[in-house]
Amino acid sequence: MASPKPRPNRLRRTRRTPKESFRLVPLGDSAVTVEFGDDIDPRINARVVTFANTVVTQRWKGILDVVPTHRSVTVYFDALHWKSSTLASRLKKLPCPSSTGISPGGSLHSIPVLYGGEWGPDLTDLAAFAGLTPTETILLHTSVRYRVYMLGFSPGFPYLGLVPERLAMPRLSTPRTKVPAGSVGIADRQTGIYPSSTPGGWRLIGRTPIPLYRKTDSNPFLLKPGELVRFHSIDRDTFDRLAGEYARAND
Amino acid sequence: MNPIRIHVAKPGWLSTVQDLGRYGYQQYGVPVAGAMDHYAAIVANRLVGNRDNAAVLELTLKGPELEFEGDAHIAITGADLSPTIGGKRIPLWESIEVSSGSRLCFGTAQRGTRSYLAISGGIDVPLIHGSRSTHCASETGGFEGRPLRRGDVLLIASRSREVLNSKRLSDQLIPCYEKSVTIRFIPGPQHNLFPATALTTLTSTSYTVTPESNRMGYRLTGPRIVRKGPGHFISDCTTMGALQVPADGHLILLMADRQTTGGYPKIGCVITADLPLAAQLAPGDTISFSPTTMAKAQATLREQRTLLDAALPQRRNFHKD
Repeated sequence: MASPKPRPNRLRRTRRTPKESFRLVPLGDSAVTVEFGDDIDPRINARVVTFANTVVTQRWKGILDVVPTHRSVTVYFDALHWKSSTLASRLKKLPCPSSTGISPGGSLHSIPVLYGGEWGPDLTDLAAFAGLTPTETILLHTSVRYRVYMLGFSPGFPYLGLVPERLAMPRLSTPRTKVPAGSVGIADRQTGIYPSSTPGGWRLIGRTPIPLYRKTDSNPFLLKPGELVRFHSIDRDTFDRLAGEYARAND
Repeated sequence: MNPIRIHVAKPGWLSTVQDLGRYGYQQYGVPVAGAMDHYAAIVANRLVGNRDNAAVLELTLKGPELEFEGDAHIAITGADLSPTIGGKRIPLWESIEVSSGSRLCFGTAQRGTRSYLAISGGIDVPLIHGSRSTHCASETGGFEGRPLRRGDVLLIASRSREVLNSKRLSDQLIPCYEKSVTIRFIPGPQHNLFPATALTTLTSTSYTVTPESNRMGYRLTGPRIVRKGPGHFISDCTTMGALQVPADGHLILLMADRQTTGGYPKIGCVITADLPLAAQLAPGDTISFSPTTMAKAQATLREQRTLLDAALPQRRNFHKD
């Protein structure tokens, strides 16, 4: 690419998805899922995030939660307050976001990662899978501006994409029982960060000293759906220094 | 008025602080949690003059031993875990005065699995993301993000000044917990990913709750449900009562502590009005699934609540929490 800052994930604003409509599917009697497509695609996800914000800004009474995912928004409601059919017709009247003219992403977060070693025990396997050296693997992983498609699995866990095809290694067949907090992993075309120590099956390639979830903070979550992330490689000293700074800030 | 303290002499098998759940943060991956049996939790709160969403204790199968410091007004609902004070059985589904120094003990589970203990004023634990519910897996909310342990001391929020009349829920509104239940569900959202026979399979035989069941969900054994083809399914939102079908074809009924999103298709969702029945099941109990419609599901829930409101009105929200 000729441009100084390659942006492989940048939206092409001139292209529209073939079908710009949405589909309502009930999720039990107290939630409805609004589907925008059937792919993990930045244009679909941009429409999802826009629509979720539209629903939230209606400030309808009896709406409990509005949750964007890769390709759909689920609206949870108090079934004593809303008839499912009434809510469906209200949702259908909201403007259908098109993939043209909407922002390709929110603010960009730069996340430092100490790659390899005990911090990224699967880096060498991933490099072998990709047919690259570990250094080339790191360069490729840090070359992409990723989109936060959604958060799930555990509080603050971001599903980021899309990972270059060459690095799209499937999950471990047997998940680890404990993945350290801050671990950066890869699962197929997605990359993610474990905000807290949990079991997990993603291929671990590094670790960030930055906390993604601070329970008692007034602003507990670092990332929101629709925001952008770029990783950069740091050395051990920088990792230890940053980890120390965040630990002190948390005291 | 001196605050009431509750000293945990024995924690019981799994005793957690719960309200009606943590909504508003699922977009950040924060699970809803909350009481498994909302009906029993709401009734317990109404019996002691609390708001429906006040924090209660959810007690599982083997209840705790609790010592009261200060006079309290309590109610126990849900499963009958043989509660006693001073060796005397105390009734469920009605409000009770407990004097300072009393010890509330629980024995064996007679009927049902989860019991709810409400104390007038509500349990005072910090609000985390707007809720007092405990989600043990993420160590969020409730009492230090975990089940109660021996030696813990629970504080009760200042008791309202109004005089509390003793209240009892009328018999016909008290649910009867059985070992074999019929539970209604709405097919979908992904029932189309399964052959037409899948719904027949689901509804023609009963499923058994396995020991690998907890507040996150129940693994069920019974006839396997198999997808039409391999086809891909992209993770999306889950809900309490969703019937997930993993690749092995063994159903998982998602409950209060479920993760916010999941990568397995959902063949159906249990109706809200029947979730309390599901919440009271234990391993070995069986479920027959019966399909219903959205309109019937919502009408049943409204009817259930109208009857409860007539018998025990919801407390008006005079004071801020």
